[in-house]
Amino acid sequence: MEKEISIINAIVFDPLNNIEGEKLDVHIRNGKIVESVGRKARKINASGKTMMPGGVDIHSHIAGSKVNTGRLLRPEDHRKDVEIKTKHTHSGVGYSIPSTRTTGYRYAKMGYTTVFEPATPPLKTRHTHEELDSTPIIDKGCFPLLGNNWFIMEYLRDGRLDECAAFVAWMLKATKGYAIKIVDPGGVEVWGWGKFIKRLDDPIPNFDVTPREIVRGLCKVNKMLNLPHIIHVHTNNLGSPGNYQTTIETMDAVRDLADGKRPIIHITHVQFTGFSGSSWVNLGSGAPEIADYVNDHNHVSVDLGQVIFGDTTTMTADGPFQYFLHQLSGNKWVNLDVEAETGSGIVPFQYKRTNYVNAIQWGIGLELALLVKDPWRVFMTTDHPNGGPFTSYPKVIAWLMSKKAREKMISRINRTARRRLDLPNIDREYTLGEIATITRAAPAKSLTLMNKGHLGLGADADIAIYDLDPSKVDLENKPSTIRKAFKETLYTIKNGKIVSKQGQIAGNSYGNTFYTESQVSKNLEADLMKDIQSRFKDYYTIEFENYPISDGFLRNPAKINCKADV
Amino acid sequence: MKKIQVTLLSGRSLSQGREKEQGKLSESYFKSVACCEINGEDIKEIGLDYGENVRISTKYGTVVVKTTAPKQTLERGIIFVPYGLWVAQVSGSETDGTGMPSYKGISSTLESAKKEKVLTVDQLIKKSFSRKKSKKL
Amino acid sequence: MSQEVISNVICTVCGCSCDHLQVTIDNDKIVKVKNACAMSSGKMLGYRNERTTQPMMKKGTTLKPTTYERAIDVTAKTIIKSSSPLFYGWSLTSNEAIAIGVDLAEETGGFFDNTTSTCHGPTILGVHEIGESSCTLGEIRHRADLVIYWGSNPVHAHPLHMSRYTVMSKGRFRKSRSDRKLIVVDVRKTDTAKLADVFIQLEPNNDYELMVALRAAVRGDEIEQETVAGVSIDKIEELAEMLINCEFGALFFGLGLTMSAGKSKNIEAALSLVTELNSKTKFVIMPMRGHFNVNGANNVTTWLTGYPYAVDFTQGFPRYNPGETSAVDLLARGECDSALIVASDPISNFPYQAAKHLTSIPLITIDPHITPTTMCSNIILPSAHVGIETTGSTYRMDGVVLETRKLVDPPKGVKTDVEILSALLKRVKSLTR
Repeated sequence: MEKEISIINAIVFDPLNNIEGEKLDVHIRNGKIVESVGRKARKINASGKTMMPGGVDIHSHIAGSKVNTGRLLRPEDHRKDVEIKTKHTHSGVGYSIPSTRTTGYRYAKMGYTTVFEPATPPLKTRHTHEELDSTPIIDKGCFPLLGNNWFIMEYLRDGRLDECAAFVAWMLKATKGYAIKIVDPGGVEVWGWGKFIKRLDDPIPNFDVTPREIVRGLCKVNKMLNLPHIIHVHTNNLGSPGNYQTTIETMDAVRDLADGKRPIIHITHVQFTGFSGSSWVNLGSGAPEIADYVNDHNHVSVDLGQVIFGDTTTMTADGPFQYFLHQLSGNKWVNLDVEAETGSGIVPFQYKRTNYVNAIQWGIGLELALLVKDPWRVFMTTDHPNGGPFTSYPKVIAWLMSKKAREKMISRINRTARRRLDLPNIDREYTLGEIATITRAAPAKSLTLMNKGHLGLGADADIAIYDLDPSKVDLENKPSTIRKAFKETLYTIKNGKIVSKQGQIAGNSYGNTFYTESQVSKNLEADLMKDIQSRFKDYYTIEFENYPISDGFLRNPAKINCKADV
Repeated sequence: MKKIQVTLLSGRSLSQGREKEQGKLSESYFKSVACCEINGEDIKEIGLDYGENVRISTKYGTVVVKTTAPKQTLERGIIFVPYGLWVAQVSGSETDGTGMPSYKGISSTLESAKKEKVLTVDQLIKKSFSRKKSKKL
Repeated sequence: MSQEVISNVICTVCGCSCDHLQVTIDNDKIVKVKNACAMSSGKMLGYRNERTTQPMMKKGTTLKPTTYERAIDVTAKTIIKSSSPLFYGWSLTSNEAIAIGVDLAEETGGFFDNTTSTCHGPTILGVHEIGESSCTLGEIRHRADLVIYWGSNPVHAHPLHMSRYTVMSKGRFRKSRSDRKLIVVDVRKTDTAKLADVFIQLEPNNDYELMVALRAAVRGDEIEQETVAGVSIDKIEELAEMLINCEFGALFFGLGLTMSAGKSKNIEAALSLVTELNSKTKFVIMPMRGHFNVNGANNVTTWLTGYPYAVDFTQGFPRYNPGETSAVDLLARGECDSALIVASDPISNFPYQAAKHLTSIPLITIDPHITPTTMCSNIILPSAHVGIETTGSTYRMDGVVLETRKLVDPPKGVKTDVEILSALLKRVKSLTR
């Protein structure tokens, strides 16, 4: 493999460096973007081709206990989509829950080079890492689920914020996790008894703490630990009509904690918590209200969780929601509660164009993307595989870039939904630069991955070159060209190596796994260890010493060090 | 000689579980699995005392094992043989499309084998699996 | 005294993965083990018995010593030459070894099956249809006030299950045995049944009928028979009331359910019952996995291929059809033309007809011990014990992953499964590419 590559005359979209469609050369040496290279460098002529940094997916369920149980649950999902072994690639299966190798290959083919698994039960995170290690090409990381953890709820109840911060730091270190994930704060603990909570101020039985206190507490902890990402929140009440209010209340619950520099809370797959109305009959889109709030408050970012019509497999740590979906759909159901920490559920699901609710959901995601003005605070996701498989991203890009593409789908969805959505009246069409923002630059920035999501000097040479010439094609009128271009790159370059060329994967390389270590003061750490050990045996069925993942466990660990304020 | 019809259950016993970890050629493992737990009435009916040998036959095969008093309660008409090479000789390989062969609830015939010996691992392997000629690799 | 005491050792016998063992090592030998059950101390103190220590290869009818290199070379050539090699076993080794095994089967276009197909295969088939309401064992320890063992005898097969995780454990919300009800359903009064508050004895091969009747009773449907599976309707209705009225119930089931008549249908009925119970209370279900890493074998195989066992690579992509692509069926039909067995003893465990075919094809075994299977093999590759002589990760029955440790050295010259399988895969690739 060449150590040096020059990409010549590409049409570059690099929003972090304020480059929008300029014709430029980019040089690569030893996996990094550099000023110049030698004359022997391999040359890629990219004239008339669109070039962007490699895609960064901030929220995609690709690894771990629930993903694998989803695979096990659904042989019927695999049988319709298989990958045959080649000289350079492993075989596998695809559709909504691809096998690990297929996941890596398919992301690489689309020009994505970094993906985060957004929900790992800490106790089972070894499993998550085993799968991430088995996923080729892409860089990755995972977010441990901390919003229903017994230690955390107790520290917050007792007002012991420093200990709570030290505990979170220990957890991230022990699980090699990247960021704080909160799913249905408190609600999953309540689901441990088969019960539900609905409101942000409902106390959690036996713990005497509320969802609001959990979100606020962990938001403060995130700041105390100076973590690279912000609290990543799946709100309470997901999937219930009227829940857009819970979403806004959750965002507003931390408003006073903002310091104005950057967002302090990320609300994920906001489509699923963007329902207005009071029942399934009068369900509507809460996207305009949520977008108004986001536009008025810069302490918030969101991602879409866009719905794709068709068959998929829903899976979240939100056990109570998944049970609800099982009851609603009658489809098979898996529940996996995890002691002292969290839970999860899995239900296969089919989104139908002609179904009123599903059509509204489809509209909510797109309305949000189009109504939130600042593309740096709204990221493109399908909450893979919850809204649909990640391989549908080209469709979403086409809907965002082309009103014509949207109109075509609108004409085919449920008629009542069509009347009730604002979507038909929205004219905005994303530019390629904005697409580059919501699919790589903004998520990389939100994760503080300094060398990702841009093409400046010193950046990781993770690059996607698409067969798309915006000067020649009237994109808003050619959605099929958009879809085709984003489905498969001409070249995907990862760490300076060509990993995919016109859909052909070059071989099995394995990227890094990012995780965070935030160092708290020695005294605080020592006190914390004493406290955890005094209770650990009471909470867990494994020994304290067997809990942390050992240092040699990960294939290619990449540690991000932070200095805590406590 | 009197034959009786019984239902054969196979399963784990603590001693089988313990002894298999010690080694499958040991005398103690042999004792723990080349045996058959049988109800007191049933053993009388075939004219045996505990400790004498019995022949178990199913449509899949036949094997001789030693009788023992049930370690856990056992009803009439049911025999229990721990997992191992001996019970495998009388288990069926039909899986009913599940991949799982029939190890439990197999209808079997019991008869006295007072005069026969329980084959050791070596003898049983030789009897059941001796290769005429080793396949060339 | 040069004794070393190691705490928090993870046991590698059954699916309980107890991780609180205390092992004393003297002169690179385990001499004492504390906190272990009888099976576990049997292994911990007996791991040095009847070992394979020297690679062996058959010449004519006798096994002769050889080297790893030579044995691996012949093995590679044998499986390359086969049109459908079988790769079977895997439940007593590490995830790392299993992953290499899957790649080996893929590379050579064979069948990859683990011991699931002869233990909880029907459980997985049931899950494909119904799903499962489950949890980690700690949830049961903390919350369950009602525990059922159905066709499962933990006193014998999972000796510490009840004290560490269920009725005899101390949890956050349930402090002791008196806070919980124990129900045992079995065809005989097992030692577990003797500890039960309620014991239901059913007629063999009637689990399905009883399970369905119980579900009907839970739904409040009228049952017209007087008895089902030898159990009176009054008793069934009483049982249904107990299930509905508990706060958190857990149903554990064993091979008594998967192996008797009905097989996967029994499991579908059990999974449906528990799913149904969640509309009335909280209820979970879990199979009692036998071998320490059979769950790992399912998980690794699933993330690599989409399927948990019985994977067919003969067409270049993973295909799955238990009953057709599972080991016993393949062997009983006489289909495979060579077999690599890793950490398993199918000659002892497979029904005669299937075992017979194994002994009529080239049979290669990787195992730490001399077993009936190694005795019938053409090639024996000795290996180290995972969790005693080498490291490796392993899945508890509830999916909690643990990293086992190396406590002592393997016998001199003996390699690990990972080393042997990597060398084999490398050799196969060098011969075919």
